[in-house]
Amino acid sequence: MAGRFGRVAANPWFSWDYVTANWDAIREALIIHASLTVEAVAIAIVVSVPLAALATRVRWLAGPVVGFASTLYTIPSLALFAILAPFMGIGRAPVLLGLVLYALVILVRTAVAALQGVDPAVLDAARGLGYGRARRFWTVELPSALPGIVTGVRLATVSTVALVTVGVVVGYGGLGNLLFRGFQSFYRAEITTATVLCLLLALVLDVLLWLVGRALTPWLRGRAA
Amino acid sequence: MNVVQEAITWLNDPLNWSGPGGIWALTREHLLMTLAAVLLASVVAIPLGIWLGHSHRLQRGAAAVIVVANTTRALPTLAIIIILATAGLFGDTATVIAAAVFALPVLLSTTFTGVRGVDPAVTDAARGMGMGGGRVVGRVELPLAVPYLAAGLRTTIVQVVATIPLAALAGGGGLGQIISLGFGTQRYGQVLAGGVIVAVLCLLVDGVLALVQRAVTPASVRAESRAAARAV
Repeated sequence: MAGRFGRVAANPWFSWDYVTANWDAIREALIIHASLTVEAVAIAIVVSVPLAALATRVRWLAGPVVGFASTLYTIPSLALFAILAPFMGIGRAPVLLGLVLYALVILVRTAVAALQGVDPAVLDAARGLGYGRARRFWTVELPSALPGIVTGVRLATVSTVALVTVGVVVGYGGLGNLLFRGFQSFYRAEITTATVLCLLLALVLDVLLWLVGRALTPWLRGRAA
Repeated sequence: MNVVQEAITWLNDPLNWSGPGGIWALTREHLLMTLAAVLLASVVAIPLGIWLGHSHRLQRGAAAVIVVANTTRALPTLAIIIILATAGLFGDTATVIAAAVFALPVLLSTTFTGVRGVDPAVTDAARGMGMGGGRVVGRVELPLAVPYLAAGLRTTIVQVVATIPLAALAGGGGLGQIISLGFGTQRYGQVLAGGVIVAVLCLLVDGVLALVQRAVTPASVRAESRAAARAV
C-alpha cells in the first residue's frame, strides 16, 4: 500500500495466507476451545440435572439454589478467573472450573424451570398407573422437561464458547489466545479469524445440540417448534 | 494461604485506595463508563423496542430481534473490544461502545417483550376510549411494561458493570486495570484483591437495583415482575 507516508505494511482484516501459513496453531487453538467447551458443559449437565431434580422435589431448596446461581452469575468472568487463578495456578484447571460454574448456573436455572413446568396432571396420571418415584422421574418427568433442558444446554454451550476467550488472562483461552496475540502484534487477520471461528464453533455446536434435542424428543416432531 | 495474605495486605494499603489510580477513582471511572454505555444503549434500544412491540404489523422484524439478541451471546466481548482497538478506537470510548453493543440486544428484547406482552384487550379498550397511538404507548403500554423494562435495565446495567473489566485487557480503564496489571506483573495477591473488588461491586450494584426495581414496580404487577425477572 503506497500511502502519503510511503509504503506501509498491509494490515488486512482477512488473509488466506495467514490461515494457511498458521493452520497448525489455529487448529490447536480451535481444538482446545472446542474441548474446553464440551467438557465444561458435559460436567455442568451431570451436576445440574440431579441438583435441579432435588430442588424441584424439596420445595424450600428451589429458592436458595436459584438465588445462589443468580448471585454467582453476577460475578464477571474476569473477576472469577482472577479469584481462581491464585489458588489453582495458570492453565487449564481454573478456566475449566470457571466455565463449569457459569454453565452450571444457566443449566440449573433452566432445568429447575423446565422440571417445575411439567404438567402435574401428567405426574398424577403416572402415579395412578402405579409408577414408582424413580420410574416416574426417568420415564415421565425428565422426558417432559427435556425440551426446556435442551434449550438450557444450547444457551449454556453458546455462552461458554464466548466465555472461553476470557481464559486468555490465565494463558489458556483457546481462540482467545489468538485474539490476544493478534491484538498485541496489531495483526488484524489473526483477530478476525479467531472471532469468526468462535462464531462458527458456537453455530455448529448449537445446530448439533438442536439435532440431538430433536432426536431425543421424537414425540414433539410435527408440532410447531 | 500466602496469596490471601498478599491480597489482604494489598487491600489494607491506603495508597491503593486513594489517588488518581486508586480503587475509589477507578470505581468512579467504572461507574461513569457504565452510565455512558447504558445511556447509549437505552437511547437506541428502548424506542426501537417500544416501536417493534407496539406495531403488530412488524412480526418479522420482531422475530429477527430475538434471533439477533440470541446470536450476540456467541460473540465474545473480548473480540469486540479488541476489534475496536485495532480499528483505531482505544481506551474508554471504545469500551463504552463495546459495552453498549452488548447491552443493546438485552434491553431491546426485554422492552419488546414487555410492550408486546400487554393484553391486546387492554390496548383495544384504550383505543375504544379514543386514545391515539402515542397515548396508548405512553399511558397504557409503557406503564404495563414497567416490570419488564425494570428487569431488563437491571440485567443490562449489571452486565455492563461486568463487561467493562474486560476492556482493561485492551488498555481500557475501570477496575479491571487492577486485575490486568496484577496478571501482567504476576502479583497474584493483587489479582485476587481486584477480582474480589469487581465481584463485590457487581453484587452491590445488583442489590441496589433490585431495591430500585421493587420500588418502581406497582404492587399489583409485582408478581408478574418476578416472572419477568426469571424470564430475563
